[in-house]
Amino acid sequence: MAKLNINGTVREVSAEADTPLLWVIREHVGLTGTKYGCGIAQCGACSVHFNGEVQRSCQIPLGDIKETDVIVTIEGLSVGSSHPVQKAWAAVDVPQCGYCQSGQIMAAAALLKKNPKPTDKDIDEAMTNICRCGTYQRIREAVHMAANVGTTGQGG
Amino acid sequence: MNKPVLEKHLELSRRDFIVGSAALAGGGLALGMNVPFGTDAAQAEGAATNEINVWVAIKPDDTCVIRIARSEMGQGTLTGLAQLVAEELECDWNKVTTEGVTPQRNLAAKRAWGEMGTGGSRGIRTSQDYVRRGGAAARIMLLQAAADQWNVPAGELTVANGVITHTPSKRTLRYGEVAAAASKLTPPDEKAIKLKDPKEWKIAGKPLKRLDTADKLDGRKIFAIDLKLPDMLCAAVKNCPVFGGKLASYDESKIAAMPGVKKAVRIKDTGVAVVADTWWRAKKALDALPVVWDEGPNASQSSATIAEMLKDGLNATETNGERMNGDALKAIAEAPKKVEAVYSTPFLAHAPMEMMNCTVKLSAGRAEAWVPTQNLEASLAALSESSGIPLDKCEVNRLDLGGGFGRRGGTQDYVHQATEIAKAFPDTPIKMIWSREEDQAHDFYRPISQCKLSAGLDAAGNLVGLHVRVSGQSINAIANPNAIVNGKDMRQLQGYYDTPGDAQLGYDVPNLSIEYAMRNSHVPVGPWRGVNTNQNAVYMECFMEEVARASGKDSLEFRRELMKNHPKHLGVLNAVAERAEWGKPLPAGIHRGIAQFMGYGSYSAAVAEVSVSPEGKLKVHRMVLGVNSGHAVNPGQIEAQVQGSVAFGLTATLYGEMPVDKGRMTALNFDNYEIMRLAEMPKVEVVIVPTYDFWGGIGEPTICVVAPSVLNAIYAATGKPVRSLPLKNVKLV
Repeated sequence: MAKLNINGTVREVSAEADTPLLWVIREHVGLTGTKYGCGIAQCGACSVHFNGEVQRSCQIPLGDIKETDVIVTIEGLSVGSSHPVQKAWAAVDVPQCGYCQSGQIMAAAALLKKNPKPTDKDIDEAMTNICRCGTYQRIREAVHMAANVGTTGQGG
Repeated sequence: MNKPVLEKHLELSRRDFIVGSAALAGGGLALGMNVPFGTDAAQAEGAATNEINVWVAIKPDDTCVIRIARSEMGQGTLTGLAQLVAEELECDWNKVTTEGVTPQRNLAAKRAWGEMGTGGSRGIRTSQDYVRRGGAAARIMLLQAAADQWNVPAGELTVANGVITHTPSKRTLRYGEVAAAASKLTPPDEKAIKLKDPKEWKIAGKPLKRLDTADKLDGRKIFAIDLKLPDMLCAAVKNCPVFGGKLASYDESKIAAMPGVKKAVRIKDTGVAVVADTWWRAKKALDALPVVWDEGPNASQSSATIAEMLKDGLNATETNGERMNGDALKAIAEAPKKVEAVYSTPFLAHAPMEMMNCTVKLSAGRAEAWVPTQNLEASLAALSESSGIPLDKCEVNRLDLGGGFGRRGGTQDYVHQATEIAKAFPDTPIKMIWSREEDQAHDFYRPISQCKLSAGLDAAGNLVGLHVRVSGQSINAIANPNAIVNGKDMRQLQGYYDTPGDAQLGYDVPNLSIEYAMRNSHVPVGPWRGVNTNQNAVYMECFMEEVARASGKDSLEFRRELMKNHPKHLGVLNAVAERAEWGKPLPAGIHRGIAQFMGYGSYSAAVAEVSVSPEGKLKVHRMVLGVNSGHAVNPGQIEAQVQGSVAFGLTATLYGEMPVDKGRMTALNFDNYEIMRLAEMPKVEVVIVPTYDFWGGIGEPTICVVAPSVLNAIYAATGKPVRSLPLKNVKLV
């Protein structure tokens, strides 16, 4: 029985040690906002915050996770979509199908925590998640908008 | 072992579920089942909701429930259709919600909601008339109900934002107050209703925000892949990697003791599934399952053998579809200047972010499925066919798609598969999910083709003859063989048609011959966002660039001369040329390319600005895209679709290629089937130039001008034409 701190709650899960965090979150904890897109750390649909860093959860086996590790999923990013990134995403009307957007939002929130005023080049380097609908232009616009609002005290 | 969380919540009633999922939004504290109980939710609502007609229901609090028959996969059709109904309904847009119609409900109502298929950029253009009439009819009934209540002529009433006013007496009534009475009135003759002039639209025609964004921001949105149902098991699937091959055997004993595994299931004679309590466990066991395939004769096929077959079609005497005027071959033969080139485009996978999946529950005499589908009725039919349960005892629950791009329409292979697996587990919901690798390996790919073009120019540089020969795979041969009559299949010539309205060629050439030679490989093909116009625009528009350069004329001017009888094509071309300031000098090292084409009922054009470094590295700096879709129901969503089409088109241009080796597809994940990322996304400017006299599509049309405008800009930069895609295989300098 492993103990995981997810979105501020410690949860007990029973799964094999090689189960990727992605599938622990989706199938054992039951939070499905974190998405499966490739399983090989290419697409970023499974992005979560792991001790404050954006990580691709398909690459973190359960056995490597300690109870003290702080995991935040899209469901725990804010209360009522109040994070500046979520607000900007709504204002710019970013999502199309929406499947990759949990990961995009988690990546953007992590970027702004480290770098509150990213340049276009910073955004190019940090926002490497795949969006098949092609919402990239609006993602860039929304990241800049969220940066201008400020991110103090928000996010995991 | 801890039971999956969902099992602890079986005792939750459906009402509890709704409350629970609302709490989920607050930070993942509740973990209720996330089943979209479409029918039950509608019935629960029903008590307080007055159905005015099939498209509109109104609650006492004025909430307008607008019914949607088409599928939403990101393209925004849900919002656009709601705008069209709301426009005629004259309701308050802030009080609009939508409700998806299930295919069984449509069937039981004798298809009152019409066609449900969502492909070919038809979602809005082929239903705009009847959904607007539905909105207008509901408005007329609501006004009549108010008139009856006040005992005044309906002609004395006005309505705005769902508030009805009797001007002489200054009395008002809200829609919610008269909805019950209106629902009992005899509907007007919808065909006799005069619809608004689109130039007077107040809700439609405006760049309104999408209605379906909120739950895409916090993880609440449930895609089919996210379903949790009581007692549900999960299936991972492997089909014979070679198309046409068969499953010989598998050794289930090797995985029987693995955690969570229930059993392995043979899927017809082509595949095998492992069913377990979680999908990850099913996949792990499937990967460990020893499987022997009988790959069959197709295992000898490769990209090279398929390319040879296509090459044969370039010169074959027999063709499978053609249009011609004059004598192109003679005109070219006699012309003082000739240009000739062979182009090629590869197979492409759809790669929607949500891979193929489907959940099926078969009980005694009843079948239920949860499907991300572009054609709910086709899914229903597939469920019935594979389960053997009559159509009226089947239901498909609606879920929005994590991308479709043409993969989930006519071909319901994944529904058939999930149903086959569910047969082994009666009364148990089976959620089948394909891995990314399986999704890439068993697609219906964008058809591969080659194209040989030749042109003749007279002494003044005028184009006097053009011959185009496309050799490639046919979608109809797989999806719709009945459409091939006497061996003729015009579908593969989309964009080259003589007939106006859908995919007409915008050039007049005095001697023109366009032909298609069908050459089918063992690889299945299908629609792919913008299919056929994508490939055919590369051939036509890049070759036009070659011919324009040979004639010594400017690329834009050369095209304009051929487009005098095609004002709509020309109008969009001129619009992008103007916005991009065609002809105005650019900073050193930046070069322009231009292209125009028509498909899916709309006219498109693009100007690309690129640079190519001395090392041959390409950068696309800016793209101006123009589109005339006749009407523009939501310019904000059109802009989003056009921006997205650039990402989709550039991905294909830069990276898209699905090679074949030993009969199987080899680019099975995003490490070798690359998708363009944000860093490579150019600045896209969208020029929307509606002429308000037809209804065209939006999801697909503009993709086709992306590749040729970029390739023509590369030509301008390097002085060399690029004749094959993707660019990752081409040395630019």
